[in-house]
Amino acid sequence: MKEWGAGIGFLLPSVAGVFLFFFIPFLMLVKMSFQKSATIGDFAGLANYNAVLTNEAFLEACGNTALFTAVTVPAAILISLLLALVLNTQLPGKSTFRSLLLTPMMVPVASIVLIWQVMFSFNGVLNGWTYQLFGLERIDWMKDHGQLLTMLLFLWKNLGLNIILFLSALNNIPQEVVESSLMDGCGSVRRFFSIRLYYLGPTIFFVGIMSLINSFKIFREVYLLTGNYPYGKLYTLQHFMNNKFTRLDYTQLSVAAVILSIAMMIIVGILFLIESRIDKGVEE
Amino acid sequence: MDEKIRELRRKQAILARHHIYEKKEQPQSFVSSLSPDEREVFMKGARAANAVVLRKRKRRSRVAKVFGVAFLSVAAFIAILPIFFTFLNSFMSSAEIEGNYGVVFKSLPGGSNEASRFMDEAPQLQLVPQEVSADQYSEVLFKSPSYLFRYWNSILLTVPIVIGQLAVACMASYSFMRYRKKRREVLFFLYIILMLMPFQVTLVPNYIMNQALNILDTPLAVILPGVFSTFSVYILTKYMRRIPKAYIEAAIIDGASEWQIFTKVVMPNCKAPVAAMAILLFIDYWNMVEQPLVMLQEEGMQPLSVFLSKVNVENIGLAFAACALYMIPPLLIFLRGEDQLVEGISQSGIK
Repeated sequence: MKEWGAGIGFLLPSVAGVFLFFFIPFLMLVKMSFQKSATIGDFAGLANYNAVLTNEAFLEACGNTALFTAVTVPAAILISLLLALVLNTQLPGKSTFRSLLLTPMMVPVASIVLIWQVMFSFNGVLNGWTYQLFGLERIDWMKDHGQLLTMLLFLWKNLGLNIILFLSALNNIPQEVVESSLMDGCGSVRRFFSIRLYYLGPTIFFVGIMSLINSFKIFREVYLLTGNYPYGKLYTLQHFMNNKFTRLDYTQLSVAAVILSIAMMIIVGILFLIESRIDKGVEE
Repeated sequence: MDEKIRELRRKQAILARHHIYEKKEQPQSFVSSLSPDEREVFMKGARAANAVVLRKRKRRSRVAKVFGVAFLSVAAFIAILPIFFTFLNSFMSSAEIEGNYGVVFKSLPGGSNEASRFMDEAPQLQLVPQEVSADQYSEVLFKSPSYLFRYWNSILLTVPIVIGQLAVACMASYSFMRYRKKRREVLFFLYIILMLMPFQVTLVPNYIMNQALNILDTPLAVILPGVFSTFSVYILTKYMRRIPKAYIEAAIIDGASEWQIFTKVVMPNCKAPVAAMAILLFIDYWNMVEQPLVMLQEEGMQPLSVFLSKVNVENIGLAFAACALYMIPPLLIFLRGEDQLVEGISQSGIK
């Protein structure tokens, strides 16, 4: 009993805060999502859900976010894995390269957006170059390729942490296994696919989940680049929520949050299931 | 009976000895069949062949090295180019900036007019300022107080969140580490789910509670939800569970109280991950946009990260300096704490 009490004492501040700011209001949110409006408590059934799920802006935002995630998460994993593999070999100036590659993760996006605007806007530097050197038509990058630009910005910013994670995982591969594979005359490609990839499995999933979470934060970049009402392809879920906030449309807001949390739980649940299977394989 | 057994054993021993000392004909090896001269010739040839293989391998590894370095150079160049560029541009005079990039910001959404989208002059990308001046910095630091106020806002929001979240998280993860009963495991699982939820989900509950507590539009509205965020609880618990049980048992036998175990045994073992978490949290909240945007409707309260996006033609002259100044604290922290960051993350056994 004494033990239990002491443990609770340590946990109390965190649990109180988490329940106060996350769980309890979330339950209120779930309740609100079935109400007619935030103030009128009548049970509305699934009418609100119907309204949100047929809302075109919501669907478009979902589609955009899904597309963004589907492209950036694999790209983030592959590029950072490649960089970590190269960093892991015996190269001169390795630690300098590591520092340089990790620097972007420490830079606030807000400071970098200015450069992106200077480079890619319609009258920007990139268009200036292609126009002067090759006489090409100017491309309205922000409008036509806005998603590509935000993807680049996202990757630039988020690769650092992934590289650290992969580097530490590469260091943890048991050296005996690698050595014995060398003895058996195993080439570097084979070594990567049969040994390293096997030990990297759990890390790849962790990096995947982290990138997934971060990719949902892409609103930040988009907002800083283009403001509250961006061009179509850039309209993300967070924009949808923010605009609902400003219009004080709480029922729709709560419905959207509930739907998203369910979707997120399903995705993460599937990932965790796969991960635990892979984990078991590695431990054996 | 004994006699018989003894006899048998003796025979076996003799047999074994014979077996050991039995002379076997040595198979004639290839090398020993050669005469000394022939051997010399053969060894020379073998050495030459080996040298060829070695040279080939060396050349191949050198080629790989060159490719590796080239690849890393390109990647590192891309990684630091925007930072480098911002700092270089921040030393141009305001007039020079306006001359170079004024065009750019006329065509942005919200730029002055639509017709200017089709101007013929192209912006000049200049890496090296024509005349070095601290114009922009003096403008930001001494003449436009709104930037400094926003900067102060950023500090005011970020520092309490980092300290508060770490304090709360250290205690919570100590509890999660010490007692692993079923109910607590369920709670830990809830924490993990919460950690994985994107802002789009968590901001709405936070907003409702802030409204109920009547702290919207105050710094607390951003700070409190930040303090109770569960990301660092997850990471620190993962790390603390790897601390050997024996340490804690020894402390208990010596009669240490829970608080003493926490402060004298567990925390000193957690320096690296706590430092790493502090760095990660600092950059994360220094960079925050979503929370202040929703919680702090009043513009004067918002941190510089939100304010920087409102750069337009009028204030382009000092924007680069403001951006550079905003980057400096995290970069300094990184310079000082890179090793702790990398070590802390790799030690925490996240996978």
